[in-house]
Amino acid sequence: MKGWMGKIKTLSLLSFLAVVLAGCGKENLTALVPKGYGAETSMDLIILSTAIMTFVFVVVFVVYLIAIIRFRKKKGQEDYIPKQVEGSKKLETVWTIIPIILVLILAVPTVAATFDLADESGKKDGINIDVTGNQYWWHFSYPNEEIQTSQDLYIPTGEKVFLNMKSTDVIHSFWVPSISGKMDVNPENENTMYIEAYEEGVYWGKCAELCGPSHSLMDFKVIAVSPEEYEQWVKDMQSVDPKAEPQDAVAQDGKAAFEENNCMACHAIGSSPAAVGPNLTNFGDRSRIAGFLEPTKENLVKWLQDPESIKPGNKMTGNYPKLSEEESDSIAEYLLQLKPSDITPESAGE
Amino acid sequence: MSTATAQKRGFGAVLWDYLTTVDHKKIAHLYLFGGGFFFILGGLEALLIRIQLIKPENDFLSAGLYNEMITMHGTTMIFLAAMPLLLALMNAIMPLQIGARDVAFPFLNALGFWLFMLGGLLLNLSWIMGDAPDSGWTAYTPLATESPGHGLDYYVLGLQISGAGTLMGGINFLATIVTMRAPGMTYMRMPLFTWTTFVTSTLILFAFPALTVGLFLLMFDRMFDSAFFDVTLGGNSIIWQHLFWIFGHPEVYILILPVFGIFSEVFATFSKKRLFGYTAMVFATMLIAFLGFMVWAHHMFTVGLGPVANSIFAVATMAIAVPTGIKIFNWLATMWGGNITVSTAMLYALGFIPSFTIGGMTGVMLASSVADYQYHDSYFVVAHFHYVIVGGTVFGILAGLHYWWPKMFGRVLNETLGKITFWLFFFGFHLTFFIQHFLGLMGMPRRYWVFLKDQDLDLGNLISSLGALLMGVGGILFLINIIYTAAKGEKASADPFDGRTLEWAVSSPPPYYNFKQLPLVRGLDSLWIEKREGNGKLKPAEPLGDVHMPNGSILPFIMSVGFTIAGVGFIYQPDNRTWLLAVFIGMGIALGSMLIRSLKDDHGYYISKEELEKEAD
Amino acid sequence: MSHDHSLNPETMPQEPEKATLEGKNKFFGLWFFLGGETVLFASFFGTFLALRNSTANGPTGDEIFGLELVFIMTMLLLTSSLTSVYAMYHMKNNDFKKMQLWLAVTAFLGIGFLGCEIYEFYHYITDFGFTFRSSAFGSAFYTLVGFHGGHVVFGLSWLIALLVRNAKRGLNLYNAPKFNTFSLYWHFIDVVWVFIFTVVYLMGKVG
Repeated sequence: MKGWMGKIKTLSLLSFLAVVLAGCGKENLTALVPKGYGAETSMDLIILSTAIMTFVFVVVFVVYLIAIIRFRKKKGQEDYIPKQVEGSKKLETVWTIIPIILVLILAVPTVAATFDLADESGKKDGINIDVTGNQYWWHFSYPNEEIQTSQDLYIPTGEKVFLNMKSTDVIHSFWVPSISGKMDVNPENENTMYIEAYEEGVYWGKCAELCGPSHSLMDFKVIAVSPEEYEQWVKDMQSVDPKAEPQDAVAQDGKAAFEENNCMACHAIGSSPAAVGPNLTNFGDRSRIAGFLEPTKENLVKWLQDPESIKPGNKMTGNYPKLSEEESDSIAEYLLQLKPSDITPESAGE
Repeated sequence: MSTATAQKRGFGAVLWDYLTTVDHKKIAHLYLFGGGFFFILGGLEALLIRIQLIKPENDFLSAGLYNEMITMHGTTMIFLAAMPLLLALMNAIMPLQIGARDVAFPFLNALGFWLFMLGGLLLNLSWIMGDAPDSGWTAYTPLATESPGHGLDYYVLGLQISGAGTLMGGINFLATIVTMRAPGMTYMRMPLFTWTTFVTSTLILFAFPALTVGLFLLMFDRMFDSAFFDVTLGGNSIIWQHLFWIFGHPEVYILILPVFGIFSEVFATFSKKRLFGYTAMVFATMLIAFLGFMVWAHHMFTVGLGPVANSIFAVATMAIAVPTGIKIFNWLATMWGGNITVSTAMLYALGFIPSFTIGGMTGVMLASSVADYQYHDSYFVVAHFHYVIVGGTVFGILAGLHYWWPKMFGRVLNETLGKITFWLFFFGFHLTFFIQHFLGLMGMPRRYWVFLKDQDLDLGNLISSLGALLMGVGGILFLINIIYTAAKGEKASADPFDGRTLEWAVSSPPPYYNFKQLPLVRGLDSLWIEKREGNGKLKPAEPLGDVHMPNGSILPFIMSVGFTIAGVGFIYQPDNRTWLLAVFIGMGIALGSMLIRSLKDDHGYYISKEELEKEAD
Repeated sequence: MSHDHSLNPETMPQEPEKATLEGKNKFFGLWFFLGGETVLFASFFGTFLALRNSTANGPTGDEIFGLELVFIMTMLLLTSSLTSVYAMYHMKNNDFKKMQLWLAVTAFLGIGFLGCEIYEFYHYITDFGFTFRSSAFGSAFYTLVGFHGGHVVFGLSWLIALLVRNAKRGLNLYNAPKFNTFSLYWHFIDVVWVFIFTVVYLMGKVG
């Protein structure tokens, strides 16, 4: 038995090493490399609590090891009856008081941080964005700037951005681990939070509350750009002409097919707030298709032909006429040419 | 009636015996095999989940099926495996530990089991009908109210029926411990397992009704178009979360407190030492239970309850660390200075200490609300509660089974096989779940059907899946051990481990009347006292006389079948009103059996003094 | 058999309901059960309080509740609680006839209460179109009050079964605890109603 117990030990040691090598996870996704205010605040508490708890664990483990080694039954002492100790007031008081102190050390900064992250002073003059969760996509509306967009959330760096979040169907949860902890997106009330990204980047966002079959595919991106670039992006988005004819013939066919098939019933281009389906104003700039596929024409055609195979349970399936290959191809061409701004995920470094 | 004589009878007779039994020891067997069956089912579901997650963007399971799998895994393990297995041990041991001949309500005890079993089978019927619940074991509304098909209807009715059974079990144990302790068995002389049974029963009593109400509201919304969670008619889906966690958090302590009791017995017995700080242990148990009701909203830090509520619940949750810490240190102090035998049961207890300490630590970390904004609904949480439930509850159940198997079945489980099982299970467990803490922080939310490529989550998930397979092998070995022991296991004496408490004073397995004469209890660890200071035999508290016994009855089974038929009717009546017929027939059967039960006098029977004298000691 | 003395009405002790272990078990068991019931109703009350203003443009409590009827119902139920106390007093003194009489009065008052409640619901539905499906408030109202009503129905069935079954047998140590547990249960239903009267009707009218 000893032999293969050893093997298990080596195996677990190896796997532990492998984990250490894998590091802290993917940059701009992992919470372990915080790049925003909320994530940093959480990380401070994670480190503090881990430190306290590691201390406790070490104490327990050392006592435990000594106890097992010293007091394990020895040869010749099989019948030894130890002294039946009832307890010890002194010892028991010690291990009541010390945990209380340790808990207090954690409790005070926790309470302080809780109030800090709920402090929304500056919200009136700051950037406000209405976030809407839908099965299985995210809509972002900038009420003051009168901009509508979906899936890619543009924010300036170094500034608090205030989010007002609500769901149109079931509960979702807005989570961008590298920038901030999560907040649920409920159907009955508006939840608010603020996020602040320290540096430019394209940050992965995830839905963190089970919302149906495609819960795990409800990804989105937060694109943090410099304040100047953000200003530029806002201007570009505001000056979009939704009726503009595309340049080449295929895309023009695509626009016609888009209109013929009544895609606008759900998908707006421009600042109209109708949001049954994702807003497509800057679709050509999107970092992903359907939230998680590479933004290639091939993928888009695949989506238009059979969205169910990509996102099971999505609301588009069955709610539009069957598109011919040709139509899908031209619509894809048209949509991918919707690039109103030079500020794109690439400008944030993707 | 020992299993040996049972084997000689025909299968039909044994089946009838178990269908009609009201004997707490046989009901314990039923709970063990019922809970064991569901444990295997939940384990298979777990393996399928881990196979799906063995590599990125895997297509082993479809998205819908995956959601059904996680829902059924969680629901099965909590309600149909862990809790019944604990109820099996409580039923088998607690009455013996207080020197009672049975529980207060033997009939209700049988009814509780059959309701649990048939409710559990009803829930799993959903697999066969192709429509399993898919909204997670927490069934958050409105996802649960809007879930198509009948999956959630099975969830509601299956849990409603099995929950009612559990509630009866709780009330039964409470009354038993209050009224049926042997002479001299004061509250502060009760073994710790009895204490934790008592406190756990209180938790069941006060927690389950909140779930009952939540399930009713969910049922009404889904089947009768009420508007509790319907936002358009002014409903509010957060109410479900509150009701669910007012039940759900105490539920966690329902799972862990009995195990604390088991480990307290195991540490004391195998260290040959009295439990250190008995009084503190008792009060720590009560304190944990009390605080357990004050902290439900720590499952809801991200719901948007505001900083005041979040702070209060964060601090209240951290406070639970204090009594839990007291327990850990008292166990260590029990071992300290002892004469430790590392049996399989003790091995599980020893494995429990570091594993559960990690689970408790991450619990405190989760209590820090702002840190929880990152942990919440990520694999960190998955890791945490598996450390508590596997590292605590499952280790505890396995320790308890190895410890009390001789008392329940008259044979000692094989120690070599037991130890191999432990090591496989122990390493498999840490391999599976330790890495998940990091997966969560690296950005993997829980309940993800697939994780995408290029997110640095591949290796961690692979390791986790391999660990799960190892746990699976451990589980199979345990089953082999059971079969081996049943066939060739060593016959157990009354007291194979040099025990301290009353259950070791009667033969293994005990006679059906438990004690010929009720024992006189002279202190804590009463058998130990008699072994050290007396002749090793319990002093009787009464002269040998006739013993009153309850009659067996088939009514609990019929009643439960009735409720289950009505449940099926409820599930399908929105499709077609003729299913209401099943509701009426089922309720008719159930209420009819209740009426028979209350109209027909049942005075039980007596074992005469002469018969008792004939029985060997 | 010497054990039959427990069934003989001639040798009944004082307080027969607690004289046997079974009786004591039933007594404690029912108390524990009522503890659970308390949480059950507390959860319903909590839900109701959260939803009592969610009328979704349907009728509000203020518009539909009539305190006169509810007051009569309260009186009926409170009185029935009192009559069940009389019955238990006579049981403790082994006066079976009087106990039966007072329990019959209790049942009668309970049926009166139930009749009023059925009328009340009928009135809301036909005169105000206020149903279980009108709004979240409607769902919460009918669920809370209806569950209480269901408890009354169960209590009445229990009581009537006890009265009919034991009419010819008199009081003994086997059935005395059954009467006693019924009476405890009936008091509990009464207490819950007092809360419903306050939280649902008074606060709905005034608050």
